[in-house]
Amino acid sequence: MNWFKYASPTAFYPLAGRLIPWLAVAALLLILFSLYWGFLHTPEQLGGSNPQKEYYRIIFIHVPAAWMSMWLYLVLAGWAAVGLVFNTRLSFMMANAVAPTGAVFTFIALWTGAFWGRPSWGTYWDWDPRLTSELILFFLYIGFIALHSAIDDTRRADRASALLAIVGLVMLPIIFWSINCPDPNQCAALHQRSSMSKIESNILTAMLTMTLGFWLYSFATAFSRLRGIILTREADSTWVRDIVEREAPV
Amino acid sequence: MMEFLRQGGYAFYVWSAFSMTFVLLIAEVLSLRHSRRTILSRIGRLVRLRDSGGRSGSASATGTRSPGTARADIRGETS
Repeated sequence: MNWFKYASPTAFYPLAGRLIPWLAVAALLLILFSLYWGFLHTPEQLGGSNPQKEYYRIIFIHVPAAWMSMWLYLVLAGWAAVGLVFNTRLSFMMANAVAPTGAVFTFIALWTGAFWGRPSWGTYWDWDPRLTSELILFFLYIGFIALHSAIDDTRRADRASALLAIVGLVMLPIIFWSINCPDPNQCAALHQRSSMSKIESNILTAMLTMTLGFWLYSFATAFSRLRGIILTREADSTWVRDIVEREAPV
Repeated sequence: MMEFLRQGGYAFYVWSAFSMTFVLLIAEVLSLRHSRRTILSRIGRLVRLRDSGGRSGSASATGTRSPGTARADIRGETS
């Protein structure tokens, strides 16, 4: 089997179309299962001596969304780099297709964090290292999308925004180490350190299922957006004309 | 049921977080569906415009590219 076949937009378009319904259904099922498990099979509080009450359940979307925000940025920058090095058209389109979904998850991470911070820290927002660096990641996504749409020539837009994406990669280790620094006393972070190993198993189940659900959701939305980008960029070719004549609403 | 909705008195925080998340995810799906229709109808208009505007000139020149997996199609060398 020739995998490079799917590096061509013409070949990838129908493949993505076939995958999207399966991804969407699987994502929906996983998310629903996670909500069911997270709300009905978990303890009412989290932690030992000074436990968090019911509001800790925000963890089921906050942590998965925050993971996706960083993971999708890595995917975005990865495709941008592949596009720059090999000059493959589909790679740039992939980067563009991932960006809005990444921005949505970054916003969700910030929003849910605010509503978790208020009952647990007494404030919706603080210029804590983790919160600030995540906010910058959000601006990077917005900047990537804005820069691309500000340049009319698609090839130039691809290259310029790809470069921005690669430079922005510097934020990922900063976000990671903003709470996981080797010496806790050196970190002036309000945000809790990650403590995956100490977490109750039902809470972990709900959290990991939601992560998988969000991941498949990201695949589905990115592929769907990718199909739109392919159609737009290939509008002059005969195969797109055939599709349009078959599917276009008159 | 009320007990569940109250979330131990933290209903405002819990439901604010969860509702915003699912409003955004559903909005993204709806906007993708909408943009697909927009793109298809825009290209459809272009195709019809070109077909009615005669078969000479640029229309036939750009319309003859066939689908393929040639190197040129993978790389950005076609335009």
